[in-house]
Amino acid sequence: MDFRPKESVEEFRRWIRAFVAEHLTEDMIERARRTGTFHDWEFHRALAATGVIAEGMAGPGRGTGRDPLELYVLFDELGLADAPFFGLANTMLVAGIVEQIGSAFHLAEVLPRFHRGEAIAALGYSEPGSGSDVAAAATRAERVLGHPEDEPVWLVNGQKMFTTLVHEAGYVILLTRTDPDVAKHRGLTMFLVPMDLPGISFQPVQTMGGDRTNITYFTDVRVPDRWRLGEVDGGWGVMKVALAYERGVFGNMNQGVSLLRRFTRWAAESGAMDDTSVRKRLARIAIDNEITALLALRPALIASAGGLPTTEGSIAKLFASEAYNRAAEACLDMAGPEGLLGEPGDAWFVDHAARDAPVTTIYGGTSEIQRNNIAEHRLGLPRAR
Amino acid sequence: MDLEPTEDQKAVRTAFSEFFTDRCPISVVRAAEPLGFAADLWRRLAAMGAPGMALPEGVGGGGAGRSDLTLLLHEAGRVLAPVPLSGHLAASPLLVDTPWCAEAAEGTLIVAPALRPTVDGLARLVPGGAVAHVVVALDEDELVAVRGEPPMTAPVNHACAPLADRYVRDDRGGRVVLARGDEAARRFAMLRREWQLYTAATLAGLAERALELAVAYTLEREQFGKPIGAFQAVQQGLADLVGPVDGIRLLAARAAWCADEGDPAQAGRLATMAFLAATEVARATTYRAVHFHGGYGVTLEYDIQLYFRRARGWPLVLGDPDEEYQRLADDLFGPVGSS
Repeated sequence: MDFRPKESVEEFRRWIRAFVAEHLTEDMIERARRTGTFHDWEFHRALAATGVIAEGMAGPGRGTGRDPLELYVLFDELGLADAPFFGLANTMLVAGIVEQIGSAFHLAEVLPRFHRGEAIAALGYSEPGSGSDVAAAATRAERVLGHPEDEPVWLVNGQKMFTTLVHEAGYVILLTRTDPDVAKHRGLTMFLVPMDLPGISFQPVQTMGGDRTNITYFTDVRVPDRWRLGEVDGGWGVMKVALAYERGVFGNMNQGVSLLRRFTRWAAESGAMDDTSVRKRLARIAIDNEITALLALRPALIASAGGLPTTEGSIAKLFASEAYNRAAEACLDMAGPEGLLGEPGDAWFVDHAARDAPVTTIYGGTSEIQRNNIAEHRLGLPRAR
Repeated sequence: MDLEPTEDQKAVRTAFSEFFTDRCPISVVRAAEPLGFAADLWRRLAAMGAPGMALPEGVGGGGAGRSDLTLLLHEAGRVLAPVPLSGHLAASPLLVDTPWCAEAAEGTLIVAPALRPTVDGLARLVPGGAVAHVVVALDEDELVAVRGEPPMTAPVNHACAPLADRYVRDDRGGRVVLARGDEAARRFAMLRREWQLYTAATLAGLAERALELAVAYTLEREQFGKPIGAFQAVQQGLADLVGPVDGIRLLAARAAWCADEGDPAQAGRLATMAFLAATEVARATTYRAVHFHGGYGVTLEYDIQLYFRRARGWPLVLGDPDEEYQRLADDLFGPVGSS
């Protein structure tokens, strides 16, 4: 075992810290918090201009790209700095899928726009009737009659839930049902739909944690076949690539670290730090943070060594999100009535964490889905769903 | 950076894994109760050089790093090896300048650390104290090593651990003052942290094996016409334990690595973290492992109760974990009143 950080990764960490110090302003952080839109075009474009999106992630079948450990560090640092990075995470994820599965048209038309920071992507997987059971998607894509065989057009009808950032996005990656008469996994097709096609509308949904997300409606949207991503009825294969990319690399799991840092500062000023019960609870959070960091590093290390993380991502995500919820609840108790105050200043971040933590055990695969995955693939228990 | 053992470390792990599987089936653990010491197993470990691993090569030891020691202890924990390894490995390096060093390296002499300061010269409930020839203790402002006949009997206790009260002011067998004053306190604190690291590694092995036993049982036991391990309620409860069990192993490994790399401050902090986390995780894991055995889990015929009792007994000899949380908080946030 060797816990010495790779020099190249530490160099990248210093670079991203310097970049954040130079480009991220308090205004950007405050605007994101106020609007719930965790994306800032100015910051995003500045980051894109460094080439970090274009470089992408190195991996099997890809000669160049950033070490997955560096991308882990990227999101770790952006998270610690409260940078609005959801647009970046979505876009890097979708760019990775497009690069692996997209057609020559997608590579020429869409990828450069992602790389230059001109357009970001939103994820259109969940629906009112399908969340964890994502393969049950009902949004219908039907071939429109009368178009030539070599350039078909699809008519899309349905709605997608939790399409975060769709109101800023140039494209939405859309999981649709093309064959309702076969087993659910076999009748799915993925599209990359430009948001300017007629018939797409959305409405905002505000969350308890202060995020703005959306419901997106597709009403008789005519989608030319060139926007199809992967084979007809091959959408589940694309989904598997998408989920593999999502695991452990594109996102920040160490939310307890900035919570502890802030709470420690607040407790020192308020005098709470002299209370032995507070000290014990903070020491516990510090331990959970250390374990989270090690578990979260593991999938990135596996990817960095050229492997494909499987249950390691689920193990990390489950532990990290459950630990963050424990920490948020503990901070709420420790802050007492001041933990309820939501105005910027004092202990506002306690209220924020307590509101924000619950969604982390839901998005990116609920804790129950992660446990199913661990039970089946790590512990060797029978598939139970 | 690499979270997997190196090839050399894999060889160490495999060697001890095979040794313990072969020489310490659960019948050995049961036969060693109630004292909690298998003399024959200790002799075989000594033949492999294990008791001397923490001592430098120059005095007949193995000169092993803590990373290797944690691998050894992980395997010992998996089989509940009834030998006082973590205490001996933590305390034996303090004997380098004593006449007993060679024997400690050979394993013909067992050394046990008194983890709590003495009261009127009496060290209470010393882990391994029932079978140890030498006890290292903080006796007022002196850190002492005291030789005496091992009592070879322990008070009846939860974990069937070879605990004993040892009087450390009797110099008939030999009494060496290792350090005095601040230096004694400093070395005693280091001894406790070393023991915490080794106990964390042992508990990580214990918890890992307890989880495996629980999984195996749920695949074998049928109710409602299928293995209970096919029910989601059972699966989810087991799956919850994997992250914590992996986590304590990695945390102990990181603490060991920091110590080997010459970063004692970070190593000490991480050792306490690993100990506290391992204490909780081993408890939680064995609680659920017993639970998923149903009624059979609490019967003495089933092995899982052996894990449950040791998961609680082995760490508790240090004292109320709350005291360690407070020490850790002092380390992390500065002492009370400093902010």
